[in-house]
Formats: sequence, structure tokens, C-alpha cells
Amino acid sequence: MSKQRKAVSLISGGLDSLLATKVILDQGIHVEGINFFTGFCVEGHTHAIRKQDKDKVKRNNALWSAEKLGVKLHIIDVIEEYKDVLLNPKHGYGQNMNPCLDCKGFMVKKAVEWIKENDFDFIITGEVIGQRPMSQRKETMPIIQRESGAGDLLLRPLCAKNLPETLPEREGWVDREKLLDFSGRTRKPQMALAEKYNFEGYATPAGGCCFLTDKNYSDKLVDMWQHRSSRDYELDDLMMLKVGRHIRPNENFKMIIGREQGENKFMEGYRKMYPYIHCTSHNGPLTLIDGTISEADAELAARIAARFGQGRDAEEVEMSINYLDGKNTIIKVKPMPKDEILEEWYV
Amino acid sequence: MSKHTLDAKRLLCPMPVIRTQDKIKTLVTGDILEVVCTDPGALQDVPAWCRINGHKVLETKTTEDEVFIIIEVSDVGDQE
Repeated sequence: MSKQRKAVSLISGGLDSLLATKVILDQGIHVEGINFFTGFCVEGHTHAIRKQDKDKVKRNNALWSAEKLGVKLHIIDVIEEYKDVLLNPKHGYGQNMNPCLDCKGFMVKKAVEWIKENDFDFIITGEVIGQRPMSQRKETMPIIQRESGAGDLLLRPLCAKNLPETLPEREGWVDREKLLDFSGRTRKPQMALAEKYNFEGYATPAGGCCFLTDKNYSDKLVDMWQHRSSRDYELDDLMMLKVGRHIRPNENFKMIIGREQGENKFMEGYRKMYPYIHCTSHNGPLTLIDGTISEADAELAARIAARFGQGRDAEEVEMSINYLDGKNTIIKVKPMPKDEILEEWYV
Repeated sequence: MSKHTLDAKRLLCPMPVIRTQDKIKTLVTGDILEVVCTDPGALQDVPAWCRINGHKVLETKTTEDEVFIIIEVSDVGDQE
């Protein structure tokens, strides 16, 4: 009796990895999924935080895919290791701060380590030659194989027929004839295959949960780095970039102003990490201060914060300033008129 | 059989799932784990992870601010 072969599939939660896994499962291979949490795949975070989104159905798409396929899913925290990928990408960034080629190479490399530790035979991904992002170009696909150390243990079932044979094909673990020849940016073949498998409700766009591809998010990340002595970051920093209005009225500090009740509630959990401001005479948002502020800065920040509360049109409001050392001061300020909050202050 | 609690408050998806997964690796069959979260998405994700990996969700409950998921660890062999 031949040995049961085992593959690990990089399941992002998008359609392509769902289909690639199904194609290999149908060949009698035991497949388990792996999903790497870099800190930037923050799908659903906005929904989780904002009160107005509380009733929207939330799901983790990788878990949804695994359940649909009936395979185990291992979610692995790679936040620390991923920092080097983001900060020093050998192949550079895409349109925003997305280091797609280095990212894919890193994930495949982690999968190589995983199959060695867990006695699996090969790795599959949902990559399609010629599809965005840049990691899926014909000339970049071999780079991933080489730099990750996966070599011919990496099988891309959706476009395998357009690529050289891999070990699982040569050894007859999988039948190359039953693999696919997808290429290019069109999504029609994937959608047709999804229909054949009766997959409904899959995530669109495919796997598009990486916030590094988002311009607004990338701009905030770059601004954060430019105003700190180091580009190092923690998960909490990444979360803060997702929440609130970001206003930088001065080089030495940035204000993060809650936009609604859910965000204010979420930000309350960060009051021990940031100085904060709130209005005591009227209802208003919580404002966290990223940076060090002088008394003059505090007054400026209080005037801006007051603008976003219900006392915005009052002659004077009372604001509470809370510092990290526990010191608290109450000051009376006139809310800043809307036209004095400069457009360039918004990050 | 012993009872355990996992504080996953303030963590957003998928961290509550990762913490649950890592905690269960340290437990044995029949142990009970109560996971406490503030991300309402955990109410979908943690039970989904349990279904996929063969663990039994005994109860879920929510208060205004928190979500509780009570899990019985099943014998699923190697949990790595």
C-alpha cells in the first residue's frame, strides 16, 4: 500500500487558495491549511471596533475556507518575524507599503519549516501565473521557490500546467493531467470552477485583506515611522492606525480622535499607553496623543479635540488632559473653528 | 479534567483564535476552557476553529461588552 501523502496549503481566505486546496484534496492527498498572521491581515477589524458595524456578520475567511473544505487550519502568529520582511524587503515595495514578493517568499519559507517539523510532503498555494500582485509574475515565481528553499516541493495547482513539473507530479503523488492551466488577470476560470464545486459566499476580492496594499493605511504607517526614532513597531501600533481620525498639528505629536462610540470604547483600552484628552463639560470623543506634549501642545490638542465634540459651537468647553505619569489637568478652551484645522494636518 | 480560563479581551481577530489554539495545545482531553473576548467576531471564529479541529463548544454567551466561549478539549491526536 502506498504512503498517504500530505500537503500543507497556504490558505489566505480568498478564492484561489480555496480552489487550489480542493483540486489537491480531490486527488486523495491529505491536506491541512496554514494561515500566517502578520499583523496586517486585519480583515473585519473595523467591523469589530465600530459600533455602527456591530450587527454585520463577521467571519475569518481562512477559517471559513477551511471549514468549507473540511481541513484543519493552523493559524500562526508571525508578527515578530514579519517585521524584517516589511522593514527590509529585498525586492522592494509594490504600489504602497506592500512587499508582496518578499512576503510570499517568507510565507512559503515558513511553510517549508512547517512541513519539515510536521512530516508533510509538499506545499500548495493558490497562485496563478500572470495575476496580480507582483509575486505571481512568470519571472517572480521561480524566485519564491528559490529564496524560500521550497524548490520543487512547491506546487501551484491552478497554474501547474504552465510551469515545470514539481516533485509531487514527477513522483506520481498527484496527477499533472488533473491540474490546471489558469493564467492572467481574468477571474472567470476561478469563478467557473467555484461554481462547479458549488462554492458560494467566498470572499472577494481574493485574499485581499492585507492593509499594506491600502494607500491610506500605508500613509499612516509611513507617517508613524517618520516621526519616531525607530521603524520598529508593535501590534498595538498597527491597530491604532486602523482606528480614529489621525491629525498631526505639530511634528512632535499626533492626535487619534475616536469617530464614534465603538472606536471610543476600543481606544479606552489604550489609556495606559497614551496621554489622552476628553471633554468634561460636553459629550465628545476620546483623543489619544501619540508623542510627547508640552502644556502649549496640550492646549492646542484640546482645542482641536473639542472641535469634534458636542461643544464645538460653545464659547468655552472644559477639557481633561491626562498624562502617562498619572497627572491630570483640567483646562478651559475655545473649540478650534473648522477652517483653522488645516487640511495638511490630517494624516 | 480541569477548568481553565483564557483572557483574550481587547484582542481582535485572529488573535483570540491563535491564543485559543495555543492554549489548547497545553491541555488534555476533557479539559474545559473558557475563552473571554471583547471582539464579537470571536463568537464566529473560535467556534469555527473548534469545529474544524474537532473540539466541542459547550456554550457561548454574550454580555454587552464581552463574549464567553466554553470549550471541551477533545482527543484529536497531535494538535501541532
